[in-house]
Amino acid sequence: MAMFIRVDIDESVQADEALKKSLVEVCPVDIFALDGGRVVTLDANLDECTLCDLCIQAAGDRVQVVKLYRE
Amino acid sequence: MRLYEFEAKEVLRRARVPLPKSVMARTPEEAETAASEVGGPVVLKSQVLSGGRMKAGAIKFAEDGAGARAATAEILGITVNGQQSVGVLVEERRDVAQEYYAAVTWDGRAKRPVIIFSDMGGIDIEEVAEQHPEHLSRTHFSNLAPLSDYQAKVAVSRVGVTGNDLGPLTRIVAALVKVFVERDMTLAEINPIGKLADGTFVALDSHMDMEQEARGTHADLLRSLGIPDEDTRMARPPTEFEIAGAKVNDADTRGVAGNITEFDGNLGLIIGAGGGSLTLFDAVRAAGGNPANYCEIGGNPSVAKAAALTKLVLSKPGVDKIAVMMNVVSNTRADMMARGIVKGVIEAGYDPAEKIAIFRIPGSWEEEGFAILRKYGVEFVDRSVSMHEAAARAVAKMAGT
Ligand code: SF4
Repeated sequence: MAMFIRVDIDESVQADEALKKSLVEVCPVDIFALDGGRVVTLDANLDECTLCDLCIQAAGDRVQVVKLYRE
Repeated sequence: MRLYEFEAKEVLRRARVPLPKSVMARTPEEAETAASEVGGPVVLKSQVLSGGRMKAGAIKFAEDGAGARAATAEILGITVNGQQSVGVLVEERRDVAQEYYAAVTWDGRAKRPVIIFSDMGGIDIEEVAEQHPEHLSRTHFSNLAPLSDYQAKVAVSRVGVTGNDLGPLTRIVAALVKVFVERDMTLAEINPIGKLADGTFVALDSHMDMEQEARGTHADLLRSLGIPDEDTRMARPPTEFEIAGAKVNDADTRGVAGNITEFDGNLGLIIGAGGGSLTLFDAVRAAGGNPANYCEIGGNPSVAKAAALTKLVLSKPGVDKIAVMMNVVSNTRADMMARGIVKGVIEAGYDPAEKIAIFRIPGSWEEEGFAILRKYGVEFVDRSVSMHEAAARAVAKMAGT
């Protein structure tokens, strides 16, 4: 269960095949995965997020990395 | 890794250091045959990876084969500092006119290797250094520059050795230096070098420690000495706790978190960074604390790995709290460590605010780390609090438990 990081993916991303693939590729700690054609986050890896922002660079404000400990 | 005397002597023999005749025996019967081979009175020396053999009665003398057989039967039953003998070195007994000491080791402060030589061998060298400093020389050399016998000659002559003795002693010390450098030793020692009645010299006992990490580089030597890969030469077999720590480390290639040594105290330690582990362990002891373990973390372990290590330390019976302390980190992230450790504590069923005595990991991403610790009520300090002070605070907290 992730305790520190949540990653929110805007629903519009699911229609963008190239972006979905890109998210899976850019994340250094495998937080994104394709599941039945949808891009999802893997709960087991969320707390490994390095806050590198590569997903945000790829998706702009359609992906948000939330630091739960700052909330 | 430490070599047995018979192995160290084989290394010396190959380096052309003169030695008394000797044969290794694993049983009393072999010792009897060995004594006949060597001929004349013999000394029988238990082969253990520890000092204190004479005091434990694990060195005996015999006049012939029958005596060697009886003495070996006794020696094989004697443990020396908890170590069982792997055999007995049957060696010709020589009459020694004078004993010398020679060692090559690392001087951590000078950051260079040093030759230590004394004309008072056969006794505790620390005692010589303290009570007879004029009988001991320390000669540093560079292990980057080509080796020269000159440094060995300086080391020997500094304690007043001259004349006919200077040449043979220099050759022995130069050979020892070569072994030390070429075989990645941390210590190569001959104690004593015996000067015999006829004026010749022999290495009577030797002690060698090789860098554990150099095992691969010197696989040829170890193989030729008959040391199998699984012979780790650790002071004792690893405990279940230590094996579990190694598994934590091996399960994830990211960073280091698991090289762990078990102690019997109540303060679990998650420590590391650039020699920080040793400093922090000593700091806890100096402050009167009782570490439950030693460990090494670094190289930015994953959150999962830090959490697994934390859970392991907390699972050790008798651990009341953990202290998380590192030197200033650059390649390990303070926030990832904070995440892993807080997570491990919670998953183990404890409150981080209560279970973590102190958190001191200053350095990269520390502000994010502090935010996590603040959220969970963990006491943390930055680099303005020294490692010793942080350790003392953790120990003080334990007193209140
Ligand atoms: S910030 Fe980096 S590590 Fe975190 S989810 Fe995005 S790409 Fe992955």
